[in-house]
Amino acid sequence: MKGNEAIGEAAVCAGCLNYFAYPITPQSEVAEYLSRRLPEVGGTFLQGESEVAVSYMLFGASAAGERVFTTSSSPGISLMAEGMSYLSGAQLPVVIVNIVRGGPGLGGILPAQSDYMQAVKGAGHGDYHVLVLAPAGVQEAVDLTIDAFTLAERYSNPVLILGDGMIGQMMEPVEFPDPETIPPPQPRPWATTGMKDRRQNLIRSLFLSPDSLEYNNMHLRAKYDAMERDEVRYESYHAERKMDVLIVAYGTMARICKTAVDVLREQGLKVGLVRPISLYPYPMQVVHEAAQKAKDVLVVELSTGQMVEDVHHAVAGSRPVHFFGKTGGNIPPPDRIADEVRKLLVKKPGKSRKTGRKS
Amino acid sequence: MPCVKIDKERCKGCELCTFACHQHVLGMSKELNTKGYFPALVERGPRCIGCRMCAVMCPDVAIEIGIHGVQYNLYEY
Amino acid sequence: MRTIFEKPDALTDKITHYCPGCTHGVIHRLVAESLDELGLRERTVGIAPVGCAVLAYHYFNTDFQEAAHGRAAALATGAKRVRPDLILFTYQGDGDLASIGMAETIHACNRGEKITTIFVNNAVYGMTGGQMAPTTMPGQVTTTSPAGRDVAECGQPIRMAEVLSQIKTPGYIARVAVHTPAHIVKAKRCIKQAFKYQAEGRCYSLVECLSTCPTNWGMTPIESIKWVEETMMPYYPLGVKRTPDEGEGG
Repeated sequence: MKGNEAIGEAAVCAGCLNYFAYPITPQSEVAEYLSRRLPEVGGTFLQGESEVAVSYMLFGASAAGERVFTTSSSPGISLMAEGMSYLSGAQLPVVIVNIVRGGPGLGGILPAQSDYMQAVKGAGHGDYHVLVLAPAGVQEAVDLTIDAFTLAERYSNPVLILGDGMIGQMMEPVEFPDPETIPPPQPRPWATTGMKDRRQNLIRSLFLSPDSLEYNNMHLRAKYDAMERDEVRYESYHAERKMDVLIVAYGTMARICKTAVDVLREQGLKVGLVRPISLYPYPMQVVHEAAQKAKDVLVVELSTGQMVEDVHHAVAGSRPVHFFGKTGGNIPPPDRIADEVRKLLVKKPGKSRKTGRKS
Repeated sequence: MPCVKIDKERCKGCELCTFACHQHVLGMSKELNTKGYFPALVERGPRCIGCRMCAVMCPDVAIEIGIHGVQYNLYEY
Repeated sequence: MRTIFEKPDALTDKITHYCPGCTHGVIHRLVAESLDELGLRERTVGIAPVGCAVLAYHYFNTDFQEAAHGRAAALATGAKRVRPDLILFTYQGDGDLASIGMAETIHACNRGEKITTIFVNNAVYGMTGGQMAPTTMPGQVTTTSPAGRDVAECGQPIRMAEVLSQIKTPGYIARVAVHTPAHIVKAKRCIKQAFKYQAEGRCYSLVECLSTCPTNWGMTPIESIKWVEETMMPYYPLGVKRTPDEGEGG
C-alpha cells in the first residue's frame, strides 16, 4: 500500500472518522483516499479553503468531542502553526501528519527532514510542545498514526507525525491491527456538546489574569514533563556495546543508515545506530549513554543540520559530534554514509574532524 | 399599571433608555452606583404606558418591566 | 404582578465589560432571546471571536469555544460537521470577520455551512483601541487614520452583507441596526429567523448588525445612535439581502 493511503486507512482503523485537509504535494493522496473511504464508513471528509482554516476546523471538531485529524506538507504545516499554538493552549487532542518536503519557501516536493525544528521546537507562539513521532517506513507510519490518537487523548494535546515524502510516496506491504485491540476513544466530559443542565463547558486559550495564565502554562509544563518521562521512543541498533562510531538518524534517513551499519559491520567496523522515534520528547538520555560507548558521533539528516543540535545537547561535549546532511531531495545511498563513517575512522587520534556546522 | 424596575448596579448610565422613552418617565440619578456610574431612575412613574422601549433599548439588561392587570402590547417583541 | 420584560435565560447574571452605551449588549440579548424562544439553548455552542466580544462566553448560558483572530467560522464548521445536531453560532466583529477572517467567512458561506454568524459592524476595531477597520467610513477618524479614512489609499468600506449575498449557495443574509427600539425589534426578527433556518438544517445564515462604539468614536451614546442613522445607514442599507428560498444570489 502507498504510504499516504496507509496513513489514511490507519486513522479509519483507529476510529477517527473525521478528516479536514487542504491538498498539497506530496501528501494529497491521503485526502484523495479518504474522500472515497470516509463516506463508506459514515465519516466526515471536508476539503478546507486553506491550512489555516483546516487547523481551526480541527479545533472546532475536537472541542465538540470527536476524534479528528489532518495531513499536510511543510508549507501547509507553516500555515497550521498558529492553529497548533491555539490547539495546545486549549489542550485539544488532534493528530496532524506532516509529509515533509524541502524548503525554505516553496522549496521542492522531494523528501526532506528540514522541518525538525519546526516540529519539535514549536512553530507557533507561546510555551507549548506537540508530541512528535517519526516513522521510518510505511508499517511504522500506520502503527504510529494509530498510537497517536491514544497519545493525543492521554495528554489532551496535539500529536504530530513527522514523515517525509519518501514515506508518503513509497509502497510497502502493511498489516493493520485488529480494530478490537485499539483502545476506544476516551470520554471527553469537557467537550462543548450543548449545555443542557450542566455547567458551561468552555474551550479557550485566553487567560487574561497573570495567575490564571501562569497556572495554565504550568499545567502544560507538567504534561510535557510527563511526556518526557513516559513517552520516549527509540530504536537502538548495535549500539549496546563499544563502538567506534555511533550514528544518530531518524525517519527514512535512519533506515538508510541501518543498511550502512550492516555494510560497515560486515567489514568488521564497530558502528551502531540510535534512531529516535519520538522527536519530542527527545531520547536525550539514550543518545547520551550510547555516545559514551562510542569514540565519535555522526548525525545524518536530510537537512543542513537540525536534529544535530539536540544531539549536541544530549552528548553535552563528551564526544565529538559530526554531521552529514543532504538536501534538495538528494538522498544519500548507504555507501555514501559508510564513506562518511570511514572518514571519521581514518582521522588522527586526538583530533576531531568537524564536518558539521558546530561541535 | 406598568412598573419599571431599574437594577441600578447593572446600569452604566448611558442614557439610551431616557432617549428611547417617549413618555419622559426616566431620568438620571444624582447618586453614583458602586461602579461609579450615575444610573437611570424612574422619575415620573405614573406616565409609564408599559411600551417596553426603554428595556428593549437597554444594552445592559438593567430594566425589568412588570404589569398589574391587562396590558395591550403595542408591538410584538 | 406579571413580568412583561426580563433578562432571558440564555444570558448569565454577569454584568458585561462593554462600555456604557455600546450596543453589543443589545445584540447579546437578541441572540439569547432568540435561543430561548426557539428552545435551542441546551444544544447551542457559541464561538467567541477576538475583539470586544472575546469574553462573550461569560455572558451566555451556553457552551462556548474561543477562536483565534478571524477563525470563528472554521471552528463552527469543524464542530457542526462532526456534530450536526448542535446549533453553532459565531459572534464576530468587523475586524475579525471582514479583515483577518474574510476567507473563512466567505468559504463557510459558500459551502453553505449550517451555522449562524452574528456580525457586529461598528466601523472600528474596538478592543485594540479604535484602529481603522475594513468597515470604517470614508473620512472617519480612527487611531490609525488620524486624518480620516482616505478611500484613495484604503479603499471603500466593505459591505459584507452585499458581498455574501453574491454567493449562489442558498443562504440567509440580512443587515439590521440596533440603535433604536424600532430597529431592535426588526433586528430580533432577523436573528431569530437566522437561527430558525439553522435549526431546520436549511442554510448558512449571517445577520450584520450596525452597532455603536461611543468610546472609540469619541461620542456620547446618544450622539452615536445619531451617527449610525446619519452616516452608516445610508452607506450600509438595511434589509434582508437574501433568503434560501431565492434560487440564486444577487
